[in-house]
Parts: sequence; structure tokens; C-alpha cells
Amino acid sequence: MAEKKYIIKQVSIFSENKPGRLAAIAHALEEAGINILAFSIAEANGFGVVRALVNKPEKAHDCLTKLGFMVSFTDVIAVSMRDEPGGLYEIAHILGDAGVNIEYSYAYSGKDAAVLILRVDQVEEGIDRILAAGGKLLRVDQFQ
Amino acid sequence: MFWNREMETISGADLEALQLSRLKWTVHHSQNVDFYRRKFRDAGVTPDDIKTLDDVEKLPFTYKKELRDAYPFGNIAVPMKQVVRIHTTSGTTGKPTVVSYTKQDLDNWSELIARNLTMIGLTDEDIFQNAVNYGLFTGGLGFHYGAEKIGATVIPSATGNTRRQIEMIQDFGVTAIHCTPSYGMHLAEVAEEMGASLDTLRIGIFGAEPWSENMRKELEERLGVEAFDSYGMSEMYGPGAAFECPEHDGLHLWKDCYLAEIIDPVTGERLPDGEKGELVVTPLVKEAMPLVRYRTGDITRILTDDCPCGRGRRLARITGRADDMLVIRGINVFPSQIEHTLLSIPEVGDQFMVYVDRINHLDEMTIEVEINRKSFSGELADLARLQKKVAEAIKETLNLRTTVKLVEPGSLPRFEGKARHVVDRRNEVW
Repeated sequence: MAEKKYIIKQVSIFSENKPGRLAAIAHALEEAGINILAFSIAEANGFGVVRALVNKPEKAHDCLTKLGFMVSFTDVIAVSMRDEPGGLYEIAHILGDAGVNIEYSYAYSGKDAAVLILRVDQVEEGIDRILAAGGKLLRVDQFQ
Repeated sequence: MFWNREMETISGADLEALQLSRLKWTVHHSQNVDFYRRKFRDAGVTPDDIKTLDDVEKLPFTYKKELRDAYPFGNIAVPMKQVVRIHTTSGTTGKPTVVSYTKQDLDNWSELIARNLTMIGLTDEDIFQNAVNYGLFTGGLGFHYGAEKIGATVIPSATGNTRRQIEMIQDFGVTAIHCTPSYGMHLAEVAEEMGASLDTLRIGIFGAEPWSENMRKELEERLGVEAFDSYGMSEMYGPGAAFECPEHDGLHLWKDCYLAEIIDPVTGERLPDGEKGELVVTPLVKEAMPLVRYRTGDITRILTDDCPCGRGRRLARITGRADDMLVIRGINVFPSQIEHTLLSIPEVGDQFMVYVDRINHLDEMTIEVEINRKSFSGELADLARLQKKVAEAIKETLNLRTTVKLVEPGSLPRFEGKARHVVDRRNEVW
């Protein structure tokens, strides 16, 4: 399956909404020598989910689980976008036309381009549509 | 099986005659205590007013506070040289309550424990791990001597060091264990983590805090035991005053040693058999610290039919404490109802904490509950759905809107002694 190399494992970590939780997670990853490439926090009523793309997802999962955190993997895709006006529109437009829903997303602006991390309801369809429209997806190995 | 068939099955006129003569003795004996003489005088009654068992209703109640105020030895009815042991009960405020025992009291107590253990099938073949606090708490020594009395091999493991407790069960081939239900759950959790098998265990005795039928199911499945409920309190010697038989339908309060009444906790009036209210107990054979109509604070009822086991009428299992009962926006809430509800939702654990606050003159109840590790999908939306599901289930049970907070597994306190699930932060001004 050609799409597989574009499916990136996001590490999702449950966290109570209270001081020190993010520090505890970040410290654990530091100790394990894991680099965080992108991340965001989603918060609800009294708790949140920390979402992170890291260079060693399996290792991050193991070390956080051992420390008692609740961790799971979520499939996301990473799209390279032009770091100029209209860059986000291009990508969102492709997915919108294809009927692929974006459940959440976060972005970072890197050296070469801006990167949009997307959690969509139909991952493979999303990948196909972006590639077909000439979009550029980051591969799993680019995060390692 | 019976330890003392005659006393365990005594009924009808024989029982009434025995209870009446012992009640008369107890009431007379209580007059050796200053505060009882004063209470009787204030109530305008004398020990000779007791002509029938129902005359007990004329006597004043005894409250925990009175026993505590008599600290240290003001509630003792015999010369100190006859007192061979004291225990204390933890008080949430100030001084503890001292309970004292003569040699005869200790014999009586271990006799009751021997009856309980024999009733549930323990014999001198059993290896019995007593995983409760030894020392000033009555549960340790009380069970210890009763289990020795029937000839069981007793392991005084006390509490703490759960891994070591599990190793003892395995290494010594323990067949029966006594602990609090919350510690029983903790043992099961740790054993599962260790991958340890507890297959020698066949009987679990759980007491010192109320536990639900759902919790019985869990304890039985996870520990591989038949679970029995143990009831008592330090003022009634300690645990073992009442106990569940193999019918698992109510508690046998030993009627030759305790006279039970059920009253309305607000009006103090006696309620007919079958109605739910506060248990009031007059011990009939206690020497060092006699009690008259002691308000236990425990909520139960007298079951109206005789138990098939031959020991007569039973008390329903304790469903809550009159003083644990929370009144939230006018609705009575027992922590056991919350526990019961949580156990029916597999996505959350069974540990919980309840916080009660008064915000803008309104009672607000917040329940913290642990998510079950296996049910975490990583999606915020699933968590929000779970939060809503728990809040709705609680609303259905309690008819009360609550705030549910999901917390990380393992983050809530585990209790080795009595569980304290409720923190009431309302000011005491009503």
C-alpha cells in the first residue's frame, strides 16, 4: 500500500488539566532522548490530550506508559504547504472538495516550508487526493 | 457448620429470657459509670424500670461523642486492674475514643470471631492471612485470636507492602484472607500487574467499610474467593459482632450478645421490622465498657424472614452511614451509590473521590474518576463522550447533576484502612 509511508504515528497522551503535567511529559521524553517535532494540546472540561509527533514514537509510547501515562497512537498526515498567503487554502480546498473531513490539525513553520499536520476521517482518501492534486506529503522516515 | 450451636440458634422464648436477664445485668452494670448515672437521672429512669425487653425504649441513647468526651478512662465500669487491654478508634477531630476489655470481654470477642469463621467454613486446616492494621485498631488482634481459637494457621501480615503480601499468599498457600474491600481490590490489581496467581485463596473476609454487591462480584472474580461481609465496630468489641453466612443475604448479629433496634435517625423513634433506619445496639455481655442503646450511625434494616442457615433473623447489609450520608441540594446521597454506578461503566475504574462545595449558595458535587487505561483511544471526543456518559449515569442514580472529572489511572488515593471517598468543603453554616 503506497499510502502507508505517509501515515504518521502521532503520540496522544491523556493529561489532567493541572500545573506540571506537560513538564512531566516533556521531561520523560528528554530523559529518553526523544525529540519532539511538532505538538499541540487539546483541552476539554478539566483534562486534555497532548498530541506530539516525535522522532521515535514506539519508544515514546513505552517510556510514557511505564511512567503511568495513558498513551495511544493516532494516524495523521503531514502536508508541506507554501509559507505564504493562500498556502493553507490550497490544502483545505483539496480535502473539502473530496469530502474528507478534517477533525483537527496543527501546524509549524519550518526552515524549508510550513507543515500542516492533519487528522482526517478518511486517511487514505486524503493522501490520494492531496498527491493527485500535486500536493507534497511528508514521509514517515522524514520524522525519524 | 456451627461453633456454638446452642447460642447460634437460640430463638423464641429462650432467646427473650436470655436477652432480658442480660439486659437487666448490663443496665445495672452501666451505673458504675459516672455519665450513665447522670444520663439515667436526667432521663428519670432507673435500672429497675427494665421489666421487659421493650422497656429498653425508655432508656436514653448513648452517642459516640459521650464515649470520646470520657477520654481516657471515664467510660470504664470495672476497676482498672481488671482491664487487660485497650484499643482506640481513630477520631477525625481531637482525641480518639478509648475502648477497654476485661479478660472475659476478650474471651467473648474471640468466641464470636470463632463462630463467624466456623460459619463460613474455616477450620483448623486453613491458612489465614490477617491483612488489616494490627495495634490500636481492633481488626488485627480481634480476628487474630478468634482465628487461633478455631485452630487455623494465622499469618499476622498486617497492612502495607502489597507485593510481599502477595508473595506470602503464594509461598504459604493462604486459603483465607481478611482485609478491607478497597485493599482487596488493590491486592487484585497488584497481583494482576505482577502476573501472580492467587489460586490457593478460597475465602475472602471484607469489613471495616461498606461494600456493594457489584464489588462482591469483582472481588470474587479477581481474587478467586467467596466473599463474606464482616460487620462490627470498636464500641461492640470490634469486627465480628455481625457476619454474613454462606447464604450471602444479610448479617447475623449475635443475639445472645447484642440487642438490636432500628430507629429513625432524625426522630429517634423505633421503626418496625423491615424498615430502613439507624442501627442502635445494646451489648449484653460487655464488662469493661457497657453501653446502653448505642447509636451506631449505620443504616440497615431487620429482615423479617428467618435465615435458612438456622440462625434466625438477620440484619440487611449496611448500606451507608447516617453521618456519611451527604445532603446535596436536599437529596440524600450515599457514597456507595456512586461506587455502584461507576462499577457498571467498564471504561472507568472503581476508585473515586467526591468533593462537595457550595458555590453561589448552591451545593456542587464533583466526582473524580479514573479512566481505564484500555479504553483510551487518544481522541478528545471519546473522552468527552465518556465524561458525559458517567455524568448521565450518576444523574440517573442520584437524580442529581454532578461535575465528572476524568483523571489518570492510578492517580486517586487507595485506602488501606477505612476508605474516605468524600471531601465536604461546604462551610458548616446552613
